[in-house]
Amino acid sequence: MLTKRIIPCLDIKNGRTVKGVNFVDLRDAGDPVELAKQYAKLGADELVFLDISATLEGRKTMHDMVLKVAEQVNIPFTVGGGISSIEDVDDLLHCGADKVSINSSAVKRPELINELSNKFGSQCVVVAIDAKQIDDEWVVHLAGGTIPTALNLFTWAKEVEHRGAGEILFTSMNNDGTKAGFANEALAKLSEMVNIPIIASGGAGTVQHFVDTFNEGKADAALAASVFHFGEIEILDLKRELKTNNIEVRL
Amino acid sequence: MNVVIVDYGAGNIKSIQFAFKRLGVDAVLSNKPEVIKAADKVIFPGVGEASSAMEMLKQSGLDELIPKLKQPVLGICLGMQLMCNYTEEGNTKGLGIFDVNVKRFSKVVKVPQMGWNTVKNLKSDLFKGINEAEFMYLVHSYYAENCSEAIATSDYELEYASALENDNFYGVQFHPEKSSVAGEQLLKNFLKL
Repeated sequence: MLTKRIIPCLDIKNGRTVKGVNFVDLRDAGDPVELAKQYAKLGADELVFLDISATLEGRKTMHDMVLKVAEQVNIPFTVGGGISSIEDVDDLLHCGADKVSINSSAVKRPELINELSNKFGSQCVVVAIDAKQIDDEWVVHLAGGTIPTALNLFTWAKEVEHRGAGEILFTSMNNDGTKAGFANEALAKLSEMVNIPIIASGGAGTVQHFVDTFNEGKADAALAASVFHFGEIEILDLKRELKTNNIEVRL
Repeated sequence: MNVVIVDYGAGNIKSIQFAFKRLGVDAVLSNKPEVIKAADKVIFPGVGEASSAMEMLKQSGLDELIPKLKQPVLGICLGMQLMCNYTEEGNTKGLGIFDVNVKRFSKVVKVPQMGWNTVKNLKSDLFKGINEAEFMYLVHSYYAENCSEAIATSDYELEYASALENDNFYGVQFHPEKSSVAGEQLLKNFLKL
C-alpha cells in the first residue's frame, strides 16, 4: 500500500540552511548536505530545499548544493525557489534534483506548467500554492504570502492539475508559523477536487497535527520545518505514532 | 566492473550514476552501441513520456541493440515499461522483451502514484536480502500488468508487476537509486548477477 510521506523542508540561502537547526550529532548544522543525510537516515521520505537567495551568485551555489545532495543522499528531493524557465529546471534536473517546485512564476505565466510537464514529465513538476483565507475565500498569495492575487485556491489548483502539475504543495498562510495544526478543511476539499497528490504545509506543531492532516485533511504528504529542525518532533517517533493511528507509513 | 548507463536523453540519470558511485562503482554514461555491447552490466533508465523516449531510442538505433544484449540489463521506471510489448502511453509499441502490456491507472486513485509502496511476492536473486513487503520509491502513472514474468508485485488500484525478469533482462518500476538502503541492496544484487 502507498504510504503517507513525511517531508522536512530546508530553507537555503547562499548554499547554507537558514533557520536555526538544533541537531545534536551534526558537525555543521548549517550544511544542507549534512542535514539532508541525517534526515534520510532518520526516516524522512523525501526532502524539499527552498532557495531563498536573492542574488545570482546565491543561486549558483544552489546548483553545487543540489549536486552534492544528489551525490550523497539516497531518497528523493525537490528544489524550489526562483525557478521561472525551462532552462532553470533543466539545470537543476541535470544536477540531480528529482522534482522542482514552482510558485510565483506559475501564477505569472501558467503556460510554464504545460511547458515543464511536456518536456520533463509531470512527475517532476510540483506547483506550490500559498493561500490565505480572507473572509470566506481562500486567496492565492505571492512572495511568501505578502501579495494577494485575483486567484482562488481551488480554481487555481484545478487549473494547475489540468496544465500538467504532478503534485500540489499547499501552504496555508493562516496556519504557517502558528504550530496550531494544518488547514485541514481546505486540504480535504483540495484533495477531493483534484486527482494528484497534495502535500500539506503550514501549522505543524504536534504529532496529533500530522495524524489530523492525514485523517481529516486527506493529505498525501505532510511538510514541516522547525518542528523537525529543532528536534521537537523526531521523525521516527512521529511515524510510529502515525502507524499506531492506522496511518500507513514507511518504517 | 564495467557498468554502462544507457544515455539516450530520457530523464535524470545522474542519480543512478551517483547511486553506483556510493557503492564504489564508476558507471559510464553512453549511447554508443560498441560501449554498451562491451559492458558487464547495462542500466536502461527512463523518465518522461513513452512515445518520445522510444523515438529517441530509435534515432540512436538502440531499439535494435537492447533486445539483443546478452549481459544482465536492468530497466528502471520508464526503461522497464519500454521493455514491455506495448504501452498505452502515446500508444507506443515497446521492445517486446517482457511479454506484458503497460496500462494507465484509472481515476479511482490519484495519478501519478507518488511515494513509497511495498514490494511483495519477491522471486528473483535481484531481491536477495530484501525483505518481503520492503518499501521502494515509485513515481508513475502507468503500470505493467501482473504476469508470469513478474518477480515482484505492488498494490495501487490493483495488483501490478513492480519488477519483471526474462533471461538476462530485469526491470523495476520503482527507483532503486532513490529507495534508501533497500534500493542500494537491489543495485548491489544486480552487480552480482
